[in-house]
Amino acid sequence: MAVRKEGRSAQDIIVDWVEPGSSVLELGCGSGDLLARLASERGVRAHGIELDDASVFSCIEKGLNVLHEEVDDALRDYGSGAFDYTIFDGSLQRVVRRPHAVLREALRVSEKTIVGFSNFAHYRARAQILLRGRTPVTPSLPYAWHDTPNLHFLSIGDFVDYCESGGITIEKSWFSGAGREVRLRPNLTALSGYFLIADLQDAAARLTGGTPGGNLSS
Amino acid sequence: MEREDTTAVLDGVGLVEPRSVTIAPPPDSFLLDCGESLSPVTVAYETYGRLNADRSNAVLVAHAFSGDAHAAGWHRGDRKPGWWHDMIGPGRAFDTDRFFIVCSNVLGGCRGTTGPSTVDPATGRPFGGSFPPVTIPDMVRVQACLLDHLGIDTLLSVAGGSMGGQQVLEWLVSYSGRTRSAIVCATAAKHSPQQIAFNEVGRQAILSDPNWNHGDYYGGERPAGGLSVARMVGHITYMSDTSMSEKFGRRVCPDGRSHPFGNGFEVEDYLHHKGSSFVERFDANSYLYITRAIDEYDAARGGSLAAAFEGLEARVLVMSFGSDWLYPSYQSQHVVRACKRAGVEVSYCEVPSTYGHDAFLLEVDEQTRLITHFLRTVEEEG
Repeated sequence: MAVRKEGRSAQDIIVDWVEPGSSVLELGCGSGDLLARLASERGVRAHGIELDDASVFSCIEKGLNVLHEEVDDALRDYGSGAFDYTIFDGSLQRVVRRPHAVLREALRVSEKTIVGFSNFAHYRARAQILLRGRTPVTPSLPYAWHDTPNLHFLSIGDFVDYCESGGITIEKSWFSGAGREVRLRPNLTALSGYFLIADLQDAAARLTGGTPGGNLSS
Repeated sequence: MEREDTTAVLDGVGLVEPRSVTIAPPPDSFLLDCGESLSPVTVAYETYGRLNADRSNAVLVAHAFSGDAHAAGWHRGDRKPGWWHDMIGPGRAFDTDRFFIVCSNVLGGCRGTTGPSTVDPATGRPFGGSFPPVTIPDMVRVQACLLDHLGIDTLLSVAGGSMGGQQVLEWLVSYSGRTRSAIVCATAAKHSPQQIAFNEVGRQAILSDPNWNHGDYYGGERPAGGLSVARMVGHITYMSDTSMSEKFGRRVCPDGRSHPFGNGFEVEDYLHHKGSSFVERFDANSYLYITRAIDEYDAARGGSLAAAFEGLEARVLVMSFGSDWLYPSYQSQHVVRACKRAGVEVSYCEVPSTYGHDAFLLEVDEQTRLITHFLRTVEEEG
């Protein structure tokens, strides 16, 4: 009997997307688990921004460069293209107060940006709003209205629209349902979405073709 | 075994010997930023641990304003260890099983290195007020000469807090190629008006003491009253509202009313004690010369700190402390921003603490965690 291949995690996908030997800045890096993987598996120069002091200590214990500060204020001092990648793994919805301004800054200071977030338009969320009239609670948005750490709620469709209207190219995307990748109608079926994006003007020169297929927005 | 040396347990690096070296002996001389020269310059220093065969494990520790070369261990007969004793020793943040630690008294000081209380060879009397003005860069150049003497070309790291942190920044600006990393605690690239103001009150307390006598007091009464008041002001700025409340409350001590107008509060008694004990170990002229050097210092020389850091390859760790209002976190963040602009590998942590500026001497556990791992990372990078 064939052994069923374990599904890849979102962290595996990010590690996959990052080119070996590149430089990475993760915004809201927590205790540095992703950065430590990127450093050991991809040999990246890893930098993180984190506000929680216990997490900052953990990052330094992992040998990472980390700055104890607000994500919103962290980017302005970096030069344009200072990093190959900036990464928001859940932090855009959770810790950034001004997502638009911060995302623009991230696209400025890095060649490419990886954004991962929980999908507010998952069918279970839609059902809870439409049928029960309740703020949705799903596996990727597991909090009640009164104890959620999330500041912003967005759907995969919202993010795709945002990129299209803002001249941002989506180079890669990946969607997960309950413990596995989903490809069909991700805005309806995915609990979380991950995007590798770049500013269209910068990306035009680099991109040789290939945008993610399928209808992402429905 | 001799046991009569000390009443304390000799943990850490144990008994240590003060050392000194003479640099720039005549006919050579040591040129200062002010244009004047000194010859010779004596440098008091101590070392802990062993320099390895390829001389790559040396860490220079720079002391704060009132510190000295005695950073760790005990001198024979002493009841108190060096000023960063808990941070330096086997298994400690600055692990003497792995690193060779060097600490020297600053130029202009009064703890063994040439300063205003040193005898001027030209006159046979202490320099006093005729000692030339010294700067933080002068102090660092003297440290570089000490490292030359010890045969150390490149440091694994240079570390210090407060004025020691200014010296660390100066190492990064003036000797960027001579250190692989830097640990900058509770400091500022340049003093704010508030910091200058507190130092000026201290200086005026000394200058207004009739015993100061334009710095020429070594044969007679010293300006103990003025120096003591200066130190009292300093100690207020080293603590925080919270740490004072926790340490003293509004408790009264029994003999506290012996001073005129004394309320007898413990905090008053503490300041008096700190003031009078400081007079025993510190020279008023050194207070004047060193505080002037601290106030005058600007790591960026009036320009941008990022430009001063351009091309820096050293890895940098910056630390500030939550309740430190003398060197507030924004000043450390200024250093961090310059590192970002210059593309320097930097980590920054605002360590939670209620101790105020004294935290860099007292928050041992947190600093140990950060420094131990930071130095390990630097070591592993080879």
